[in-house]
Amino acid sequence: MPSSAAQADPIPANSIPTDRRLALHRTMQTIRATETTLSRLFADGEIPGFIHLSVGQEAVAAGVVGALGPRDSFATTHRGHGHVLARGVKLDLFFKEIMGRAGGICGGRGGSMHVADLSLGVLGANGIVGAGLPLATGSALAHQTRRTGGVAVAFFGDGAMAEGALHECLNMAALWKLPMVFVCENNGWSEFSPTSTQFAATLDKLGAAFGVPHRRVDGNDVAAVAEAATEVVEAARGGGPRILECLTTRWHGHFEGDPQRYRNADEIAGLPQNDPLRRSAEALLAAGVEESALAALVDSVDAEIREALEAARADALPDVDAAFRDVYTPTATLTAGA
Amino acid sequence: MPKPLRYVNAVAQALNDAMAADPAVMLMGEDVAAAGGPFKATRGLLDAHGPERVRDTPISEASLVGAAVGAALTGMKPVVEIMFMDFVTLAMDAVVNQAAKARFMFGGQCSVPMVLRTPHGGGLNAGPQHSQCLEAWFAHIPGLRVVCPATVADAYSLLRAAIEAPDPVVVVENKALYALQGDIDVNAPREVGKARLDRAGRDATIVTYGATLYAARAAADRLAAEGIEAEIVDLRWIQPWDEEAVFASVAKTHRVVIAHEAVQAFGVGAEIAARIASDAFDDLDAPVLRVGAPFMPIAFAKTLEAAYLPDADRIVAAVKSTLA
Repeated sequence: MPSSAAQADPIPANSIPTDRRLALHRTMQTIRATETTLSRLFADGEIPGFIHLSVGQEAVAAGVVGALGPRDSFATTHRGHGHVLARGVKLDLFFKEIMGRAGGICGGRGGSMHVADLSLGVLGANGIVGAGLPLATGSALAHQTRRTGGVAVAFFGDGAMAEGALHECLNMAALWKLPMVFVCENNGWSEFSPTSTQFAATLDKLGAAFGVPHRRVDGNDVAAVAEAATEVVEAARGGGPRILECLTTRWHGHFEGDPQRYRNADEIAGLPQNDPLRRSAEALLAAGVEESALAALVDSVDAEIREALEAARADALPDVDAAFRDVYTPTATLTAGA
Repeated sequence: MPKPLRYVNAVAQALNDAMAADPAVMLMGEDVAAAGGPFKATRGLLDAHGPERVRDTPISEASLVGAAVGAALTGMKPVVEIMFMDFVTLAMDAVVNQAAKARFMFGGQCSVPMVLRTPHGGGLNAGPQHSQCLEAWFAHIPGLRVVCPATVADAYSLLRAAIEAPDPVVVVENKALYALQGDIDVNAPREVGKARLDRAGRDATIVTYGATLYAARAAADRLAAEGIEAEIVDLRWIQPWDEEAVFASVAKTHRVVIAHEAVQAFGVGAEIAARIASDAFDDLDAPVLRVGAPFMPIAFAKTLEAAYLPDADRIVAAVKSTLA
């Protein structure tokens, strides 16, 4: 299994209070249930285009985004549903966007690969592997220059480790001591190929080359991710860039409909053994949370998703004239300044 | 009476005044700070505005332009310099997939108020990778704006307009013009998409932009000596281009030559010629002709470069051909 090539640093993940763990669990449940629904909708032909699901990776989204403050920003990837849902983008606006409706958060112009909510500091999902890295670098530069106190996070997958953008951005962020965290969701797969066949280095060594501190965590342990993320985000806030590498697992294919013939059947069969939701639920039960409370949480998330989905189905299709108005910023006159 | 400035100093003055007027404006690029830029277009700005707002970047074109997009989405108005237009090839994702599309694909949630300044053009024997005119690439991308100032006054005013515009603007300067002298008017209207009537005439229209303006002027002088009055429209903006001004001139002269330094095939002139053909056909008394570079990379040797660049001879011949 590719992601087992690297071992996570041990973290005593026991300092997070139960109510916080419950909130993280709810976020993960929302992502899981949303994406499971999307998978079904895609199979039924209700979603056009491509979708790339993050089932199995929910702990990274919940743990990292949960560590961010309101001033912080992030750029995400083509596998970015979890990140924007964890940030609190409204569920109905999310579903409308993925389903190509007028009321979508991006008016149905972006779809799954371009969900953004600038009001929440979400600089967008990105259809180009590694392209969010420079965006987050620039966002961190703006935080530093404007003294907002914010941190910018660049989410990227291990496939992006081979992109020059990562190397260039690590260099710039280190040179300028930017308030920035590079978060790698390392699921072992670069689209359809094992990353071990794509990338000759390791992320810790790449970080070391630029003097950027690196931490590696079990990315399927939400408490471990949350603790590590809180630490690196606060360290980056005043002290320059950090790398957080989260070892995780991609349950589905590169995109929905990908039969994953390149993948070993045993690896796929073994994925639920390392289910971040199951592990989180077990930790909550051990901490004294009632099983009925967890069941109620699942029901409540499902009800929210049903409501959002119905709203999306009822929504109008986008209007071409409205789209035209956003190619450029509408201005009364194009005369700038005086 | 203001002292004449060189074109390159007008650029620096525009950057300085824009930074003084708006604290969100910042400069980024390779050697733009202490070194003052390869052509000295940013000389003195580090001292005036400090290292946070005048920032030297590593030689990482792709990521520094992408970073400008991210900074623009987070409250800054970055002005990025790409040392030679040929090098924007390295930054095409940032310009074409990120800057140009963010507003549209995010449903109008944001704008990307950034400027990419870059010099194009020959005349310095800089060779095939330091001389290309690639402006048509950017004019072809919905979401981008493209401007190409030909005069010292426009080097100032159009750059100020570009910085004040809410969307990404590619500002193309011809490096052969950097030493040109002229006056600026800091209070001139800063307009997007307006052409300038450079010379009035009744017999034919020469539509041009950038350094080719000077070849067009030389051509018009020679034609005038033969009694042919050519009108010159300096487009200034390539995206959006001033259809109204061009069509008005066509309606007056009924003959058109479009001249630019970029390769003629699939170029800016092709678009304008097609629009005139479809929307102003009744005003034409002759086919619309184009004068541009041949379909080959620009070469280093003086003789090869001279043969490549559109000159007054070819513009004169084209105008006469429309009158034949």
